Amino acid sequence: MSARSGAVAIGAQPGRVARIVILGVVGLAFAVPVLAMVQFTFRAGLAGGLTLSHWTGLVDADAGRTYRSLFQAVGNSGVLVLVTVAIVLVVLLPTMVLVHLRFRRFERVLEIVCIVPITVPAIVLVVGLAPVYGVVVRVLGGSVWTLAFAYGITVLPYAYRAIRSSMDAVDLTTLTEAARTLSAGWPAIMVRVIVPVLRRGILAAAFIAVAVVLGEFTIASLLNRVNLQTALLQVSQSDPYVAVIFALLALALAFVLLLSIGRLGAAPRARAPRARKAPA
Amino acid sequence: MTVTAPAPASLAAPGARVELVGVVKEFAGHRALDGVDLTLRPGELVALLGPSGCGKTTALRALSGLESVDGAITIDGRDVASVPTNRRDIGMVFQAYSLFPHLTTIENVEFGLRMRRVPAAERRARAADALDLVGLGHLDGRYAHQLSGGQQQRVALARALVTRPRVLLLDEPLSALDAKVRVSLRDEIRRIQTELGITTLFVTHDQEEALAVADRVAVMRAGRIEQIGTPEELYSTPANSFVADFVGLSNRLPGVVEGGRVVVHGVALPLLDPTRLDGEAIAYVRPEHVTIAARDEAAGGRGEFAGGRDELGGGRGEFAGVRGEAAGGRGEAAGARGELAGTILTTSFLGPVRRTRVSLDDGTVVAVQHAAVDDAIVGQPVRIAFTGQPVAVE
Repeated sequence: MSARSGAVAIGAQPGRVARIVILGVVGLAFAVPVLAMVQFTFRAGLAGGLTLSHWTGLVDADAGRTYRSLFQAVGNSGVLVLVTVAIVLVVLLPTMVLVHLRFRRFERVLEIVCIVPITVPAIVLVVGLAPVYGVVVRVLGGSVWTLAFAYGITVLPYAYRAIRSSMDAVDLTTLTEAARTLSAGWPAIMVRVIVPVLRRGILAAAFIAVAVVLGEFTIASLLNRVNLQTALLQVSQSDPYVAVIFALLALALAFVLLLSIGRLGAAPRARAPRARKAPA
Repeated sequence: MTVTAPAPASLAAPGARVELVGVVKEFAGHRALDGVDLTLRPGELVALLGPSGCGKTTALRALSGLESVDGAITIDGRDVASVPTNRRDIGMVFQAYSLFPHLTTIENVEFGLRMRRVPAAERRARAADALDLVGLGHLDGRYAHQLSGGQQQRVALARALVTRPRVLLLDEPLSALDAKVRVSLRDEIRRIQTELGITTLFVTHDQEEALAVADRVAVMRAGRIEQIGTPEELYSTPANSFVADFVGLSNRLPGVVEGGRVVVHGVALPLLDPTRLDGEAIAYVRPEHVTIAARDEAAGGRGEFAGGRDELGGGRGEFAGVRGEAAGGRGEAAGARGELAGTILTTSFLGPVRRTRVSLDDGTVVAVQHAAVDDAIVGQPVRIAFTGQPVAVE
């Protein structure tokens, strides 16, 4: 073989066939389990055949009582989602902006701090969190929303990267300085400049936080809290069909949120010129 | 082509008097500003000119309030040193494109008015006037990513002017633009500034830009202002060798100062500063203060060029400013009467003029500026002479 034919082009894109094969294999890896889950929810027991009864059972008059723990868990996860997203928006975002604009020398430190949780397995995290939650329960009570503090840590790496990539795409320093010369105070700059400019990253961070929280099991289980995943496990012992239906719904919600990131973050298109008064 | 409108009354603002007195700024032990004193008269455009890192942008940012400094900064007599940027009543155009990407052109221009709680109808009318002023009224619905660099800077200018600021600060607003747009926009800035009568500080590292637009130019070096004056003053009577070297092009030629004159290659030239002490020095001689003529002894010493032309510079067989006869007659040997023999090293066509580098017999290279119509051929033997203008030395 000649040296030329053996050379590897760095950064070269795969050919059309290679792309189709790669996408096909990856797509199948995702699609087969999901389709199997869907098919499973229509199964009429071990005898075979298909039925809608598992889905219609969720809207029966008795469903609220039968699946009360599950619906409660959905509510818990909803609360956890809201508090976790709030932590991302109220704590992480302003911190990142402040460090980027005023304390640039700490940017690397902040990045390391935010990325570290991704390297710590959930089980190890819980070992450290357990005594902390002993204090948290004494101070704030044992409500499920306190679990969001732990989730705030687990989503840090994803949320940080999402917001950071948006910050890197714009000259935030110049934009904020321009706003200051135009008489804007810091609250106005935050609301009217920084948040809109970083919208894509903020949405991505929020949606990823939602996806992570909806799929989290280990920490909730080991800290004896009830969320969607722990309830699904519990329900699956008695009614695996409903457990799979809820898992599918959670998965669908996560898909929708992630697909929305691209849509909502797209660049705006020009508006039609405004009608101008004709000269007198 | 951009169609601009005359400055509307809604944007006119009386120019303010601005003073910086003893302004000092240190960054980690490095003095970026070392006691800067600068006064801008009402309605005046002053350019801060200097090499990278000289502190010109820091001075402008100090005036804007984006950098905290020691020293006094007053606008119309009011000390603003402790006034935050958003309350200084200034307009600023940045070097980097600074339009808010999520807002349309007109929304960008309205931003400052919205922050000042100007009623919507007035806001819209003034923003439209400002956009018309910079010739972009028809692009009011576009976003920044749909505008060219020049258009973005025009919108940024409109945005800075729409609030009728007392002072306009321009931080190298043209440096990211291509050459043609730069010239067009700098003329536009000058027109608008003159029409509105707004006091303006213009930071640039481009001497041509500074000389072209400014009423006065302040040349900075290492955090200090070396000289401030009209473009003509800076060019013709530079205060020191740095200004002479930085403003315009100069030949740095070794010489000896003797009795208020500097002798360069045997030629005595008057000094801009006759009080300079005697001794060795470097003289700064402008290329346009050097003349050039062909040297062709083989052709009878008639000063002909190989290209067949009789002469450089005027067609009469003479040096511009030093007639051939006065210099000892045609065909005399180079070196007599203040002429220096050399060979053309390179020559560049610059439109109306040509810049030619001549290597003298002793190896010194001298740049000469002469009419573009004069032929100059690389390798051609020539004679050069100094016109006798006063020179700066270091």
